[in-house]
Amino acid sequence: MDLPIQEQVVYEHPVALLDVSTHYCPGCTHGVAHRLVAEVIDEMNLQSKTIGVASVGCSGFIYNYFDVDFVVAAHGRAPAMATGIKRCLPDRFVFTYQGDGDLASIGMAEIVHAATRGENISVIFMNNANYGMTGGQMAPTTLPGQKTTSSQTGRDVEQQGFPIRVSEMLAKLDGASYVVRRSLHDPKNIRQAKKAIRIAFETQLRGLGFSMVELLSVCPTNWNLTPVDSMKWLEDHMVPYYPLGDYKVHPAVAEMRI
Amino acid sequence: MPPKGRIEVKEIICKGCGLCVDACPQHVIILAEDRINAKGYHPAELSLDGCTGCGICAIICPEAAITVYRQVAPAKENQ
Repeated sequence: MDLPIQEQVVYEHPVALLDVSTHYCPGCTHGVAHRLVAEVIDEMNLQSKTIGVASVGCSGFIYNYFDVDFVVAAHGRAPAMATGIKRCLPDRFVFTYQGDGDLASIGMAEIVHAATRGENISVIFMNNANYGMTGGQMAPTTLPGQKTTSSQTGRDVEQQGFPIRVSEMLAKLDGASYVVRRSLHDPKNIRQAKKAIRIAFETQLRGLGFSMVELLSVCPTNWNLTPVDSMKWLEDHMVPYYPLGDYKVHPAVAEMRI
Repeated sequence: MPPKGRIEVKEIICKGCGLCVDACPQHVIILAEDRINAKGYHPAELSLDGCTGCGICAIICPEAAITVYRQVAPAKENQ
């Protein structure tokens, strides 16, 4: 007797993410990060009370891709805007989504002060070691010796200084509750990144203060690599310079049971 | 016997980046060479039997274009 084949759905498109084509280049891990954020919003049933704060950069159009409320902040000012929203509407869930050109360069003051005040917001920080949207110029996070359109012989640390390790820096601040770095270069690390995003969002929901997840990301177009090769480049070059790990986990966060 | 699965790729969203092709542990995903989608990319597709429905392609897909299904083993008659 032939029984009808029964199937279970292993993976389907998250509800909080709109079913549209993005403007990101093929292979860009912005899409992966969007998906992880949307999956966590679905899991925590936060869609109706989430307010995202978009930054300037490739992710400036993030509001076209999420089925949640969004505002766009001035360049680098997403943590300041999120501070205002969260203080006025403390029952909402507020997160910012920023790239390294936005957060680590023009927005450095805002992120440091939001962290040291212990603002009850969550930050998703995409670190791809260059300015993606404007054509791959050198960013504060560009690796020493890395060639970009504005450092064509490689970043010279005598001229341009050293890259900033944002997670390590913010972890020193007493106000920060949860600061970790994850990578998006393979399925294992993507799973770990999703867990970190979940903990960061739970940190905010339980009122435990500032949380940030730094996600090492690729930029195949501006690195002049194929998507598969850029994942390899990230693993070989960025991960050694930006070690993955938990840089600040407040004891109250560590005690959380999810 | 390993479980059987299948994937559905939303071809209009797929950008043919090839990350799923590289990540698939069974090596059964290819980029379709015979057609392009509206954006001009060769979309990913399942080429061979052997998909186990593990979902790794969906985890790495930057476009969330892949839906993964896995067959459920039919109940035995004496149960």
